Amino acid sequence: MTLNTLSSNRWRSKRRQEIVRVVLVTLLRVALGFMVAVPFFWLVTTSLKPENQLFRVPVVWIPQPIMWSNYVRAVQYIPFFTYLKNTLTIAVPATVFTTVSSSFVAYGFSRIQWPGRDAVFMVLISTMMLPYQVTMVPLFVVFKNLGWIDTYRPLVVPTLFGGAFYIFLIRQFLMSLPMDLQDAARIDGCSELRIYAQIMLPLTKPALATTALLTFIGYWNEFLMPLIYINTNDKFPLALGLQQFQRQYGAEWALLMAASTLMTIPIIILFFATQKTFIRGIALTGIKG
Amino acid sequence: MRRSLRKLAMGLFFVGPWVIGFLGFTLYPMVMSAYYSLTNYNLVNPPKYIGWNNYIRLLQMDPQFKTAIGNTMYMVLFGLPIWLFVALVMAVLLNEKGKLTTFFRTLFYLPSVVPTVAASVLWMWVLNPQYGIVNTLLKSLGFSGPGWFTDPKWSKPGLILMGAWATGGTMIIFLAGLQNVPEALYESAELDGAGWWRKLVHITLPILTPTIFFNLIMGMISTFQYFTQAFVISRGAGSNVPPGGPLGSTLFYAIYLYQNAFSYLRMGYAAAMAWLLFIVILVSTLLLFRSSGKWVHYDT
Repeated sequence: MTLNTLSSNRWRSKRRQEIVRVVLVTLLRVALGFMVAVPFFWLVTTSLKPENQLFRVPVVWIPQPIMWSNYVRAVQYIPFFTYLKNTLTIAVPATVFTTVSSSFVAYGFSRIQWPGRDAVFMVLISTMMLPYQVTMVPLFVVFKNLGWIDTYRPLVVPTLFGGAFYIFLIRQFLMSLPMDLQDAARIDGCSELRIYAQIMLPLTKPALATTALLTFIGYWNEFLMPLIYINTNDKFPLALGLQQFQRQYGAEWALLMAASTLMTIPIIILFFATQKTFIRGIALTGIKG
Repeated sequence: MRRSLRKLAMGLFFVGPWVIGFLGFTLYPMVMSAYYSLTNYNLVNPPKYIGWNNYIRLLQMDPQFKTAIGNTMYMVLFGLPIWLFVALVMAVLLNEKGKLTTFFRTLFYLPSVVPTVAASVLWMWVLNPQYGIVNTLLKSLGFSGPGWFTDPKWSKPGLILMGAWATGGTMIIFLAGLQNVPEALYESAELDGAGWWRKLVHITLPILTPTIFFNLIMGMISTFQYFTQAFVISRGAGSNVPPGGPLGSTLFYAIYLYQNAFSYLRMGYAAAMAWLLFIVILVSTLLLFRSSGKWVHYDT
């Protein structure tokens, strides 16, 4: 065997390997993709079924006729818009407060060199490991004594003081910016507050966008806190309202699926509209590892 | 001296909001919850000191506590590894360029943006024993599907399946980690005649170990606190059903803790449970960090 045929054999077996790999990857992708897509299909198709096609064997895959009116009924049954308004009443201020306060605090942890800073920062990092359950009971007692039960204050007021994770996220971003920026401003006699507001804040926009997005989605989905603090039906946010509706009308699957779809669509739109910020946010949570 | 004092003042000025929040919303509640855990407290009467009795009762006399620990460990030991494995497989499958890849990335990620409550309600219906799509598909293949959330033996596997569907966030973190693998390593391995499997096992996975470690730690902490999905699904079984069913098979630690606090108003008992949870999380995290020297490779 000459050297030539040897290398061409090797090349051929490599090529074969590559083909096997591509076929295998594609098959696995399609199989997994199918499994991921099935629940979505089930969600949408059920939400459009007339009641008498929900429990039919064999299964009705495509509803006949397509009942768009389920969405109208779901919105009325569930008080969807009341819940939506409540969710926004919590999520919008919580998002604004968390973003502003976290960036403010993050500035103090990154752009000013003060004695004890790193020790305090370690405390901040370690609070992220604390399970919510540890502070849950005493916080409830405090808010109860303040008369804040069945109001949104227990959910919103704490966001005025910054979220540890978001402070961390914005700080990491601020640390990566050159220090000369503010040194020059300081020599010019700029106050620290102005350096923060006029120089640093505009530069941290990507980190702020990520923070705002993650906070908003977090409050859109939040279940445990409203479950603990909100008792009146009219004050429920969407997540809690949907769960309560589920409990009461467990067999109304078409309406339940329509409501679940309506609760999901805004987040999916948000995801497609802000995909870059979105993915970076998720990936950033991993970078600290 | 004067300058550093000014810097301290400026630093504290900016950090101040968080410090106040930390004192009010973290440190003070921590101290109080440690105190409550040594008391009998029902919100109506003032807390009554009872020493270690809550802890003793939990560890020695409470069968539901044992159930809750068993269920939670099941999720940590079986659920979490499955979720991480699925996320890792997805990430490896998607670590290429191309239009199709973008499509599949979006598809695989999409379930994790579905709000947890909506996803839980959806999965109750997806896994409905008679009319759900999973059992329907199984039937068309000639299998009779299990009772899922109505069967104590299948409720946790059902939750694991649902979690595997929504593991896109972890997948994205794996993908970010995969992007760190230097191309040159693959090229030199190819010159040595390594196929894709050997490249995966000998290059990709070792470089990915810090990411695996990170996802493992974060996943473990959140799995110990597993709550919303099981709460929604088990309570959805009927309008007056307490959470944790069927037959206590989804009574997870956080659910039993919540019940003690807000259904039975045993605040001291719940606080003791919270501290035990915290200790377990701390110790497991420490053990994982200790073990990491043996299998996590930094700076390759």
